[in-house]
Amino acid sequence: MIQVMNESKTTPMRAPARQPLRRVGPPPPGEQPALLIEHATKRFVVGRKRKSVVAVNDVSMSIRRGEIYGILGANGSGKSTLIRLVSTLLTLEGGRVEVFGHDVERDEMAVKQLINRVSVDAAFFKKLSPHENLAYAARLYGLDARSARAEAIQILARLGIGEKRLSRPLEQMSRGMQQKVAIARALLTSPTVLLLDEPTTGLDPRSKLDVQTFIEEVRDTHDATIVLTTHDLAEAERLCDRIALINDGRMVAEGTPGELMTMVERDYGKEPTLESVFMTFTGKSLDDDVDEDKDDD
Amino acid sequence: MTIATRELRASFAFVERNFNLTKRYWGWEVAWLVYSIAAALAVAFIGVAQDDPGLLQVLVIGTIFWNYLSIVFGFIGETVTWERWEGTLEYTFMAPIRRYTQLVGSTFFAVAYALIQMVIILVVMILFFDLEFTGGNFVTAGVFILLGSLSFVGVGMMAAILPLLYVERGDQMVFVIQSIILLFSGVYYTTDVLPEWMQFVSQFSPGTYVLNGIRGGLIHGTPVTELLHNVWPLVVMGIVLIPLGVYVFGIAERYAKRTGKLKRVG
Ligand SMILES: Nc1ncnc2c1ncn2[C@@H]1O[C@H](COP(=O)(O)OP(=O)(O)OP(=O)(O)O)[C@@H](O)[C@H]1O
Ligand SMILES: [Mg+2]
Repeated sequence: MIQVMNESKTTPMRAPARQPLRRVGPPPPGEQPALLIEHATKRFVVGRKRKSVVAVNDVSMSIRRGEIYGILGANGSGKSTLIRLVSTLLTLEGGRVEVFGHDVERDEMAVKQLINRVSVDAAFFKKLSPHENLAYAARLYGLDARSARAEAIQILARLGIGEKRLSRPLEQMSRGMQQKVAIARALLTSPTVLLLDEPTTGLDPRSKLDVQTFIEEVRDTHDATIVLTTHDLAEAERLCDRIALINDGRMVAEGTPGELMTMVERDYGKEPTLESVFMTFTGKSLDDDVDEDKDDD
Repeated sequence: MTIATRELRASFAFVERNFNLTKRYWGWEVAWLVYSIAAALAVAFIGVAQDDPGLLQVLVIGTIFWNYLSIVFGFIGETVTWERWEGTLEYTFMAPIRRYTQLVGSTFFAVAYALIQMVIILVVMILFFDLEFTGGNFVTAGVFILLGSLSFVGVGMMAAILPLLYVERGDQMVFVIQSIILLFSGVYYTTDVLPEWMQFVSQFSPGTYVLNGIRGGLIHGTPVTELLHNVWPLVVMGIVLIPLGVYVFGIAERYAKRTGKLKRVG
């Protein structure tokens, strides 16, 4: 493990900064957003009593090409549901979602080609090796299996996973490694919108750092727009150009980390940290959030 | 690349993946194979005990071909369950492929897998018993295996929607359907020994026609042309059930996406 980590440290992860070209903030009029969500609403009927839960409630956001857009909120606030709505895994009840102008419902196939999603639980065939899982992915997305394999080896080497490990069943890998393989698998298909649903949850600090650095590298070297949900506020501050706070399915605040922190200081007289932003807008402290844990996903 | 070649290549994803899974779960494969062989032999020994070569033939054919058909049905019927259990259902459903591509790939693998197992069991049977199929019409048997595969694929596709609709119960329902087909298809007996109402139901099972046809061919050497009354129901079932299965699967998928049933739990 230690050796693997060292390996990754010696390879410089950061590509020469292309950052100045990056455009942050809502797309100006006339520019097509990478991801457009307008008044998205999703309701679930749960339990024997058929109680209706509004998981996503009239959420709108417009994300610019190349942005890393963070979504923060307590457990059960609707982050994953929102990501699933974009991933075509759930249908909308109201509103619309467009990926580069393609409507998720009318133009499902086009959207599927453009997106990829990494979920909290690395969704793999656990008995299959990373290679076998990645070959499956490559074929599903119409990639050449051999070049996909070569590319996967490269991506994983950058993430500190040596080639030797790639032929053994995935279940023998740690969660951190599995998550890295999941990210590599997503990148393989060159998505223009990459949806990362808590990609670093459950990772040790080292692996977390690896993954975060890698996300930055992806942003700098790929033409990818990234939507990221996380419970790690330092991570959000580090990675995200803009952040949305979701509470009970509703968007309650949106802005750059700086803007949000200034806002809580100015309007609420609180310390200018993301933690006070989170507490102010979700009405919960981080500790509550951990205790509550009512949803496993 | 045209859409057709792209989809065909994508369908190979499922063949290769299932092949790899079979390899990795080889312990289970061996266990199932041993079970299937033991079950087939155990049934066949009933014929030996009765000292009745005719009965032996009926039983051997029943057990071998039922094993084949139920594998085809099971593989397709459990496509969703399997992926839900592995936790890959959402991943697969997010991929830019048509649903029929997935079903074609799964079917292709299921048929290949079932054929291999059938050959192995057949060889074991021949080693154990003095089976005489001289005068058997093997063309007839081949035609009925083909038609039987098509109709069972169709029924399997219809069954495959159940795990999409019912997260917990769906797989159990598929299992129950399989058991009912076994009972009503005359696998170890001809359906005319059944009570009248059961004979009525057995007309709706493709298994009835497949087994009648194969027995007619192998035991009595009947050519296909004289078994048309067993052919056309299978042709109709294949033609109707496969497209219908794909269509209904699409509806079930939309339902699952509306109600949030693709998620692993709940
Ligand atoms: N498939 C589903 N079926 C029924 N209810 C669901 C489903 N998915 C989500 N919900 C409900 O919708 C609400 C939002 O859940 P969601 O998973 O989107 O929250 P989240 O913000 O991702 O939470 P976490 O931080 O725990 O991941 C919760 O009340 C949850 O129980
Ligand atoms: Mg979530």
